[in-house]
Amino acid sequence: MLKMTDLHTELKESIVEQLNLEEMEPADISDEEPLFGDGLGLDSIDALELIVLLEKDYGIKLTEPEQGREIFVSINKMAQFIEENRTK
Amino acid sequence: MKNKIYITGIGGISAQKNDFAENPLVYEQLIFKAHTPNFKEFIKPMALRRMSQAVKMGVTTALLALKDAKVELPEAIITGTGEGCKKDTERFLEKLLDQREDLLNPTPFIQSTHNTIGGQIALHLGCKNYNVTYSQNSASLESAFIDAQLLLSENPKSNNILVGGVDEVSEVISGFRNLDQQLKTKKIKNLDLFKDDSPGTIASEGSHFFLLTSEIKESTYAELIDLGIINSVSTQGLTSEVESFLTNNQLKPEDIDVVILGNNGDNRFDHFYENLQQGIFKNTQQLVYKHLIGEYETATGFAFLLAANILKSGEIPGILKANNIPEVKTKNILIYNQYLARDHSLSLLRAV
Amino acid sequence: MNKGVAITGMGIVSAIGSNTAMNYEALVSGKSGIDYPKNLLTKHKDLPVGEIALTNKDMAEKLRLPKDHLYTRAALLGVTAIKEAVEQSRLKIDSHTGLVSGTSVGGIDATEKFFTEFAAGNSENKEFIRAQHPGFTTQKIADYFGITGFVSTISTACSSSANAIMLGARLIKAGKLKRVIVGGTDCLTRFTLNGFNSLKILSKEPCQAFDENRYGLNLGEGAAYLILEAEDEIKDREVLGRLKAYGNSNDAFHQTASSADGEGAYLAMQKALITANIPLNAIDYINAHGTGTKNNDAAESVALQRIFNNEVPKFSSTKAFTGHALAAAGALEAVYSLLNIKKSQIFPNLNFSHPMQSSDLIPVTKLEQQKVNTVLSNSFGFGGNCTSLIFARDEK
Repeated sequence: MLKMTDLHTELKESIVEQLNLEEMEPADISDEEPLFGDGLGLDSIDALELIVLLEKDYGIKLTEPEQGREIFVSINKMAQFIEENRTK
Repeated sequence: MKNKIYITGIGGISAQKNDFAENPLVYEQLIFKAHTPNFKEFIKPMALRRMSQAVKMGVTTALLALKDAKVELPEAIITGTGEGCKKDTERFLEKLLDQREDLLNPTPFIQSTHNTIGGQIALHLGCKNYNVTYSQNSASLESAFIDAQLLLSENPKSNNILVGGVDEVSEVISGFRNLDQQLKTKKIKNLDLFKDDSPGTIASEGSHFFLLTSEIKESTYAELIDLGIINSVSTQGLTSEVESFLTNNQLKPEDIDVVILGNNGDNRFDHFYENLQQGIFKNTQQLVYKHLIGEYETATGFAFLLAANILKSGEIPGILKANNIPEVKTKNILIYNQYLARDHSLSLLRAV
Repeated sequence: MNKGVAITGMGIVSAIGSNTAMNYEALVSGKSGIDYPKNLLTKHKDLPVGEIALTNKDMAEKLRLPKDHLYTRAALLGVTAIKEAVEQSRLKIDSHTGLVSGTSVGGIDATEKFFTEFAAGNSENKEFIRAQHPGFTTQKIADYFGITGFVSTISTACSSSANAIMLGARLIKAGKLKRVIVGGTDCLTRFTLNGFNSLKILSKEPCQAFDENRYGLNLGEGAAYLILEAEDEIKDREVLGRLKAYGNSNDAFHQTASSADGEGAYLAMQKALITANIPLNAIDYINAHGTGTKNNDAAESVALQRIFNNEVPKFSSTKAFTGHALAAAGALEAVYSLLNIKKSQIFPNLNFSHPMQSSDLIPVTKLEQQKVNTVLSNSFGFGGNCTSLIFARDEK
């Protein structure tokens, strides 16, 4: 079980900002909550935005947009992927 | 037998509130924004978060027009926008230039397309029907109306066509109007627009949607008789264009009770209007409105709203009057507009 | 009897040639116009595009424009294509002659060039401030040909010119115009190249429409226009073909992506087929939208199978020749559809090798000789905008 890290908070903050989730506070997003579909309700445009975010903030370049599906499952999953692959 | 066309629902957002006749809003900047409702009352936050002002205004006024006419799903959505989703275009372009084509966010690009407004209305309503967007400068809304007129004449069963015009102000691109004399050089109060004899005008934004029906309903405002667009014409040529447009509709200039003109205070081009004001419409009640809502490519949406309201209520707000003609019962209203001497349009409405 | 609206002229400029004859030559010899960008000022030199070799200067000189002209690249392409069409049809231009042009970004090539300058308050090139708006480009085209009456622009992304063709036909049928020039123009810009790149749907290889291993589209540029005329205007002049029917529908699913069942595409084709009032098997060939993106080709395949009850007529996408010319795509493909009819040939879908697992559809991959009487042409765009046009042989 991953514990809440600075990375988790940072991710939530950038998601709220980048995706214009005006009605939300970063703390409203739970670590396990699905980001797409029934959870937070993000869509395919958000997925593309998250790909830009990965590259901009963590130097991770996804070659296939489809890869996002396995990474952008939840904040936990994203944080784990970033920890393992970040170049900055 | 061709269908008749009635304006049965209206939704409008402009720089003025509904009570502009008594309490006009005053602006002192050359570019001013629309007076907008709380969009959250109309659009869900998840959908709202990506929308620019143009899309928010467009979707909201479309919903208001449908509600006014008590129609849930239109048979077609036809949008006119002279400058489209400027704000997102500007956002994407600035990033592209600043970041040298690197790591660009896709959202502003997606939202920059001219048919975003029409597309988002369709998405909001789940409407899979005919959906087209016109972008022909100041004849954009009129192009959309002409398409609707065709749709209603092609099929005797057609009904409930949603037509509207939207344009927004953006921080950077709207400001470019300062550079090419589209705007006045000195600040001026909007209500004093016609007191200043100088080039340029004042700019704003707005959205007006109309639900057109082929039958008269309780909420019907007026009948839309005909529209015409003329890309370019001389001041003198304009008079004969107006006359032949009226003749095609079995009317003479004196049959027009009210003419709504698009004067915007630009002394280089207002002669198109003045020529009619001093000519064939000398003895006609003349109305002007751009001192209230500013100039933008689809500003005539406000003129259609005025015409519809006047024909329904019989009342003409004094703040619009450019001359004083003893009031008669208003039956026929002609709207004429142009911008920078191009994209002239004529629209004829009648009381029901 | 629905005869359709007469087409008396056509003109085209694309990555495979600056007139109809050159385009035809490339189509029959299987010569693609896709290559890495040469003239377009972009850092993405690794993204293949369908670029037109003619520079703005070349075109302006050929059109004898003054040195300080205000024609954007899209306007130059538009005039070049219309000139061919007007000459072919010997078009009469008066107040009953209209122009309906489709464009997505119009003169934004000028805006991206001068944006920084304008933003800094430099007004040296102020005549191009309005170039960003689609009507500006159309206006310049109208001016070149002296068209003063009905001039309008449709901007529905990649279906713009198909919608312009449709509107033109409706204006003729309603008697609002006697003659109308219809089509569309779009040029390569950094704005669109980077936009589609940010959506991750550009292929680094020449596009492979309808192939299982397709990766995305190649952006293109071009302009194509048709001349539509009312019956009593035709007299003894040649009719190249007829626009028999059309349909537009909205997918109402997503701002950019198509729904999995291709509902918008299905409805657009359905409307066109119903209006044409012909049996399904009367369609000899389909010029598919077929951009080469995963999403479009999957959705279009499903829509084709649904509408044709799994007996899909011969079809191909010509995007591997020209690239996806956005707003101009529908008009480019309208010209190709008329060539299909005139030459009794079907042009191949280049770069296809593996059918998609989801549909198993196989496009025409080699030039085929076959009588073609009726062509269905699809164009789909952002905002769920789907348009289908049906072109038919002129029956004397």
